[in-house]
Amino acid sequence: MSAVTITPPMDLAPRVHSLDPDAFSVPTARDEEWRFSPVDRLKHFFIADPAAGFVTATGAGINLVPMAEVASSWIPIDLPSAIARAHVSKAGVLEIPAQAQWTEPVIVDLTTTAANSYQHLEIVAGHFSVATVVVRQTLTGNVSGAIIINVGDGAQLRVITVVEGEFSTALALQMPIIVGRDATFTGALATLGGGAVRVQSSVKYSAPGGRAELFGVFLADADQHVENRIFVNHDQPHCVSEVLFKGALLNPGARSAWIGDVLVRKDAIGTETHQANRNLLLSEGSRADSVPNLELETGDIVRAGHASATGRFDDEQLFYLQSRGLSLDEARQLVVRGFFADVLGRIGDTQWRDELLLKISDRLGITPMEEIDE
Amino acid sequence: MSALVITDLHAQVQTDTGPKDILRGVTLTIDSGLTHAIMGPNGSGKSTLAYVIAGHPRYTVTSGSITLDGVDVLAMSVDERARAGLFLAMQYPVEVPGVSVANFLRTAVTAARGEAPKLRLWIKEMKEAMADLQMDSSFAERNLNEGFSGGEKKRLEILQLGLLRPKIAILDETDSGLDVDALRVVSEGVNRFREATGAGTLLITHYTRILRYITPDVVHVFSDGRIVETGGPELADILEADGYERFTTVKTA
Ligand SMILES: Nc1ncnc2c1ncn2[C@@H]1O[C@H](COP(=O)(O)OP(=O)(O)OP(=O)(O)O)[C@@H](O)[C@H]1O
Ligand SMILES: [Mg+2]
Repeated sequence: MSAVTITPPMDLAPRVHSLDPDAFSVPTARDEEWRFSPVDRLKHFFIADPAAGFVTATGAGINLVPMAEVASSWIPIDLPSAIARAHVSKAGVLEIPAQAQWTEPVIVDLTTTAANSYQHLEIVAGHFSVATVVVRQTLTGNVSGAIIINVGDGAQLRVITVVEGEFSTALALQMPIIVGRDATFTGALATLGGGAVRVQSSVKYSAPGGRAELFGVFLADADQHVENRIFVNHDQPHCVSEVLFKGALLNPGARSAWIGDVLVRKDAIGTETHQANRNLLLSEGSRADSVPNLELETGDIVRAGHASATGRFDDEQLFYLQSRGLSLDEARQLVVRGFFADVLGRIGDTQWRDELLLKISDRLGITPMEEIDE
Repeated sequence: MSALVITDLHAQVQTDTGPKDILRGVTLTIDSGLTHAIMGPNGSGKSTLAYVIAGHPRYTVTSGSITLDGVDVLAMSVDERARAGLFLAMQYPVEVPGVSVANFLRTAVTAARGEAPKLRLWIKEMKEAMADLQMDSSFAERNLNEGFSGGEKKRLEILQLGLLRPKIAILDETDSGLDVDALRVVSEGVNRFREATGAGTLLITHYTRILRYITPDVVHVFSDGRIVETGGPELADILEADGYERFTTVKTA
């Protein structure tokens, strides 16, 4: 089996990289990386299921290829992704040719019929290509695996991932992103469904001048656990990372966790990094954990910052809106929509900004009025 | 014809150190068509009176009553009061991030009128209302009060007054933070509203300069949580010349 790489224990980087599931111990709530996770609800990802299916990727330009033919350079960093990688039979591959200028978003549907399914999707943006990809991860069963994103030199890739599905399901997803020289990646991850959803997004730069933007929105209802783990590894000079996740916890029993780790290596001079997480608790008895970490090995940077805040409704805002005749429900809905407006606006795709706002409104039980666009 | 009747109103604010009495027996009737000015020193409880009428949750009424056309206002929720025809232009309007002025106004107008205005007519109405207050139409796309200057916030309050057309309007220091030109524009907005609707108005202010544009029928002096003197417009000039001292020292003397 492949070699196991162990990185120094002091830094924020994952400790173990391996294709061999046996290289990983079974996660428990005592492990640092799993201490916010509902390991009980994820435990079917810790042993291989011989009856598992694979997630089918469909959409224009997607090739379904036997896993053996996929030349992936990514090495799993946890047990669920290692098991999925070892057992997934087919992978979805979307290649955006070099220089291509795709004006319309490409939709990729990820679906499965099995109770447990393994997933492997690779999105490869060729040099200087420009594209928007919308990944619809619809959960009808448990899914573990990866979406691997490779942004070629000078490319501009936007990937909007929408997780929806039944509250009885679980998702353990690794989303490694490799950003090439002077390339720009914009990621938007909207977690609107699924019962226990744990997504780890990891950014790595392969050359100087890359820019990675990770935006996220999530809604957590009773019995939903939404966990976003971000790891940005600045090991190249003059790269930018911008992370903003916003979540609303709707009902008692809703849980979320956001762990944002940014590591700026010694050679990563001229780095610009900012990460923030903001959560809105809409009821008592819900809980949002938010842990930003920043590790700087060089002081020779442009800017580094992080922020995290979890709050309740601002009573003054609700009073103001109610004093104009809006019911408490209308006022709350307006405030929640407003809460998400800025991060959705930053995705840079107005069609999908509106689409996501609609989905969020839908979950909140809002009937939107006709938009006023002049 | 409408009447807002406030009788022997006592109210407290909830503070971190417990409740604190602020209103100590306010009695005041505002009839349609009449404009009352309330003047009084800082901290005397003018904004508290305005908030209590609007139903701010931080204040508790301990005794007394407020009725609008005979209906108990204190039994209504904040939004019910608004829909019943009460409007408070706030001293410090609240910023609401991510909510556009256009979207907010349309939602508020829909609540006030009981049905959504037709989109085309609404856009025209909103634009005209903005032009009347010399607000650039780009304000419609901005987030509610976010990053607005003090004067811009006050203009937006009066814009809402004109669109929501309440029966009784309470204007809490709408004049503060306005330069001379803005004061004129905003006052004209208030006057247009008064003429168009014949509503009753309660104008809270420290200065007589707004009273040159908006002539009050009645002037009250407010001190230590109650009205201590009531007179005609000339009372405002006396206050401007002599200050509040002769009304506020009575109690401590
Ligand atoms: N939330 C609060 N906590 C503590 N004290 C409060 C609170 N709200 C009001 N007060 C106090 O109540 C008193 C009356 O305040 P209010 O704002 O009504 O005065 P005002 O007459 O409007 O003053 P100004 O002319 O400065 O606007 C003041 O002493 C003020 O400090
Ligand atoms: Mg005041």
